[in-house]
Amino acid sequence: MQRDPHNGPAIEFRNVAYDLPNGQVILSGLNLDVFRGEILVLLGRSGSGKTTTLKLINRLLAPTAGEVRVEGSVVAQQDVVRLRRRIGYVIQEIGLFPHFNVERNIGLVPRIEGWPEEKIRSRTQELLQMVGLEPNLASRYPHQLSGGQRQRVGVARALAADPAILLMDEPFGALDPLTRNELQHEFLSLQQRLHKTVVFVTHDLNEALRLGSRIALMEVGKLVTVLSPQDFLQSTDPLAAAYVQAFRSGLDSAANRGTQ
Amino acid sequence: MNWFHFIAQNHGQVLELTLEHLWMVGVSTLLAALIGIPLGILIAHWPILNKPVLATANIIQTIPSLALFGFLLPVPWLGDRVERLAILALTLYALLPLIRNTYTGIRGVDPAVVEAGRGMGMTDRQLLFQVELPLALSVILSGVRVAVVISVGLATIAAAIGAGGLGELIFRGLAMVNNQLILAGAIPAALLALVADFSLGWLERRLRPR
Repeated sequence: MQRDPHNGPAIEFRNVAYDLPNGQVILSGLNLDVFRGEILVLLGRSGSGKTTTLKLINRLLAPTAGEVRVEGSVVAQQDVVRLRRRIGYVIQEIGLFPHFNVERNIGLVPRIEGWPEEKIRSRTQELLQMVGLEPNLASRYPHQLSGGQRQRVGVARALAADPAILLMDEPFGALDPLTRNELQHEFLSLQQRLHKTVVFVTHDLNEALRLGSRIALMEVGKLVTVLSPQDFLQSTDPLAAAYVQAFRSGLDSAANRGTQ
Repeated sequence: MNWFHFIAQNHGQVLELTLEHLWMVGVSTLLAALIGIPLGILIAHWPILNKPVLATANIIQTIPSLALFGFLLPVPWLGDRVERLAILALTLYALLPLIRNTYTGIRGVDPAVVEAGRGMGMTDRQLLFQVELPLALSVILSGVRVAVVISVGLATIAAAIGAGGLGELIFRGLAMVNNQLILAGAIPAALLALVADFSLGWLERRLRPR
């Protein structure tokens, strides 16, 4: 994969705002850098603007003020189709094409990029193995897979054309806790080999602490703070502290009930 | 003389009129699909056009068929050959189910699937042909089925302007107060409608996405 000569952050937000046509402010005054090879987690509740932030990167949305840069150049000035094919995109399991089998879902971007068939086939097999799926699943359809398998296919599909950047929108949100745990673990070990720049949206602090190189905390369309997982746990920021408090109280109350 | 005997004696004519009937229905459905499906795609992507297009197709649908055949008769090129005219009228009637079902089918595709495709860098054209149309296909096909069943019935009325088809036997039977003649037109027409309904319904179920 060729690298852009650009040496700054992989993704930059400069005074970015996003308003709906009716004037409702979704996102305002966003300044944020995402560094090469890190997993930046966007943490916040629904409506905090985290998914909007993600969609501004691959231009599914266009900022109403400010600019977003990917690999140093402003996304608004790039060819939108080329931009998106350089960025992997994973959303909740519903994003798989129900009428495509696993092989065609994974091979989607290589195929629209015009790779030769045998290269697509070998790449698909490689990816199935990489995300821990049996090769014989290639001919199955999404409805024939478990939730965990579907999500693995989603990750494989995003990695297909070897993009330097991955955008992940609550990819493990719909999974049961054990499967989620397993996928988080595998995703981390995958990332240790691949060193992608990852922007990961979640509302789950546990997931953020576990996966994030840094956690960007968002609330009502504003970036509150960006902290490492260690600093997040010690943070005196009221909102960050509230998240930690809520996270701990679940464990504490369960523990206390056990002593009664 | 019983009815089967009557059919056996006149099978050549019944067959010929059935083929004429099928020809009118087939050509008009094809034309309606060529116009209606692109229109349905258009209004699914440009919601501003949705009301006027569907309203126009709806109004056409409400014109009594006999009146429409009559209205079109004095139109120069069309009136020269009544089959042309019959085919045009049948095409107009078949438009509504085709436009509406194409529109409904495409709007019914999960927006998350479309957005995933767009986010991965599919062009509008690729999204349409690889995602939206395949996923809407069974709904579109059910529109074709409705259009064909309507056309088979309406095409019997085309005989009133001399366009042929099974309606000819029905009208002749009415004029001669001959029930056997009426049934010789009506039963094959009903069978055609049933067969079309059944076979297209089967195809539709096979293509339905899971």
